[in-house]
Amino acid sequence: MGELRLMKGNEVIAEAAIRCGCDGYFGYPITPQSEVMETLMELKPWETTGMVVLQAESEVASINMVYGAAGTGKKVMTSSSSPGISLMQEGLSYIAGAELPCLVVNVQRGGPGLGTIQPSQADYFQTVKGGGHGDYRLITLAPSSVQEMNDFVELGFELAFKYRNPAMILTDGALGQMMEKVELADFKPRRTTEEILQTCGSWATTGKTSQRNRNIITSLEMDPFRMEQNNLRFQAKYKELEENEVRYEEIMCDDAEYIIIAFGTSSRICLKAIDLLREKGIKAGLLRPITLFPFPTRIIAERSRQVKGFMSVEMSSGQMVEDIKLAVFDTGRIVPVKYFGRMGGLLPSPGEVVEALENNFLKGN
Amino acid sequence: MAKVRGAVVVDKEGCKGCGLCVEACPQQVLGLHRDVNSRGYHYSYMAQPEACIGCSNCGMVCPDTCITIYRVKL
Amino acid sequence: MDIQDIIKPENLVYQKSKIQVDVISHYCPGCSHGVVHKLISEVIDELGIQEKTIGVSPVGCAVFAYNLIDIDWQEAAHGRAPALATGIARTNPDKVVFTYQGDGDLASIGAAEIVHACNRGENIVVIFINNAIYGMTGGQMAPTTLLGMVTSTTPYGRNVELNGYPLKITDLIAQLPGVSYCTRQSVHTAATVRKCKNAIRKAFKNVMDKKGTSFVEVTSTCNSGWKLSPVESNNWMVENMFREYPQGDLKDVDKLIQQ
Repeated sequence: MGELRLMKGNEVIAEAAIRCGCDGYFGYPITPQSEVMETLMELKPWETTGMVVLQAESEVASINMVYGAAGTGKKVMTSSSSPGISLMQEGLSYIAGAELPCLVVNVQRGGPGLGTIQPSQADYFQTVKGGGHGDYRLITLAPSSVQEMNDFVELGFELAFKYRNPAMILTDGALGQMMEKVELADFKPRRTTEEILQTCGSWATTGKTSQRNRNIITSLEMDPFRMEQNNLRFQAKYKELEENEVRYEEIMCDDAEYIIIAFGTSSRICLKAIDLLREKGIKAGLLRPITLFPFPTRIIAERSRQVKGFMSVEMSSGQMVEDIKLAVFDTGRIVPVKYFGRMGGLLPSPGEVVEALENNFLKGN
Repeated sequence: MAKVRGAVVVDKEGCKGCGLCVEACPQQVLGLHRDVNSRGYHYSYMAQPEACIGCSNCGMVCPDTCITIYRVKL
Repeated sequence: MDIQDIIKPENLVYQKSKIQVDVISHYCPGCSHGVVHKLISEVIDELGIQEKTIGVSPVGCAVFAYNLIDIDWQEAAHGRAPALATGIARTNPDKVVFTYQGDGDLASIGAAEIVHACNRGENIVVIFINNAIYGMTGGQMAPTTLLGMVTSTTPYGRNVELNGYPLKITDLIAQLPGVSYCTRQSVHTAATVRKCKNAIRKAFKNVMDKKGTSFVEVTSTCNSGWKLSPVESNNWMVENMFREYPQGDLKDVDKLIQQ
């Protein structure tokens, strides 16, 4: 059993980063995630593990500091909230194009524009469809508890390095500010120079020696035929992610006639909603995508054999619902896929979810 | 008679004929050849080889690092 | 004495540095970039830091610098080289990190990144090529374009009311306490090339000695963009650019300490 603590989601991101042997954090303050950098600055990991923590002049700079450090094979991360993540899209596109591993945490708030500081899930499209320019994907993890906020830091780095691709923890202001019991991982030492050379030496800018050609980190390729080969290599990697890394959780889905699909904070609300629906004799289940890219398409397709309908519950105008529709569409079956959600920083209540499901599927029958 | 003699070797194919070395030469040794290299540039060459003192000025200003310089003391 | 008797290994006095990759560069004939690349290569070679040096190339004509100098490189997004260099240098304090940036990259789109990296005193070298024009995109106005200067986006000359003033970013950088060395050099004659090389060597040594940011502006030409021959460009630079961008050291902490 690891060390147990009562912690905020934002604080645990910082603690987990230090404990998993992270080499550097570069960030810029923005509500509702400023506690990530505040906690790191208070813990002073540069005196213990040697982890670098730096407050950048902007999110544009912080993601590019991550780009630079990641290019040397280091385990580095940043965090921000929606408007700041928008500023990072240029850097994320470059990092994906240069095939570098890194971790980005988006503690979402409502938008568009300056929007609100209240929680939201409206950055789903931006995250899973590649918010910057060019054909690329982010490995996207959606925690639904403070414990998962902790666990996904290490998992995010693991996947990022395995696939040499940026990973994002897509969470929101509710999970960032919420306090829960969390079991912390044991401290892992940062990788040594030798370990980095062993695992990343073939591509990272670790200094050109006489034993190898120079390593160049770039996303630039002027020859269109070679650029297409790069694109095909990226697509093959994304395909591999879709084959091997899909993660989801199912609750009471085996006999379900109606499946609610929700991630993160909204999935917690839906957990209560399916209890209320079951009490009413409605066979409802919850499917919680944990990876949003790769999306759990296959299990949705399988469940479409048995259900009378899916309902996507989101803190947005209905973004993930499109991916659910695509998953069902590809099966050739005709199963209704509905959406319910709140926007502007509001959370749907369990009662509202129950009512929406009844209105969508059971009224008028 | 000069106390030093020099010689410059221009990498004919690397030269883009910019003429900066010709301008930089204090002894008017260099010129641009009437012929062109495979990429169509009038390359630099020693038009007055006996005047070269191996001062390296041409090499210093060459943006394409295509000049190698030799010098002997007489 | 026959020429062939002079061309012997024992008489060699000047040749291409082994750090420079043996390819023909993509630069236009007479471009200052080539000279500065050569000087950086020579300095890296002479200081014996090839294995420790990591370059950050910009967006602009020098985007392909990584094809020309035989060290590890990272290619940054437009203007972000100082942020990349910060990330590299902070997590790899044993490395010698430098950025290589043009005037559009450093003084326009990357103005925030360069000011803050220098103000934090990041332990990096910044090589700043100021030729007062955007070369790669076809000769548009740069922040450092002189008043009255014709570019493809100032076809009637740069006009204060329309375009504002030339940005003397190097003067601004020199004011920042994180900067230990700030100088303005050029490479249009053999003498200035030698001086510029000394400045670049000093900048790299400063970083090896962890003295903070060292900033070397090389006032340069862009003969294609200026629509002049390489030799005419050098003359135009001396007559016009040096008035706005006077040559020499703007700051040297070593000398301040001595005084």
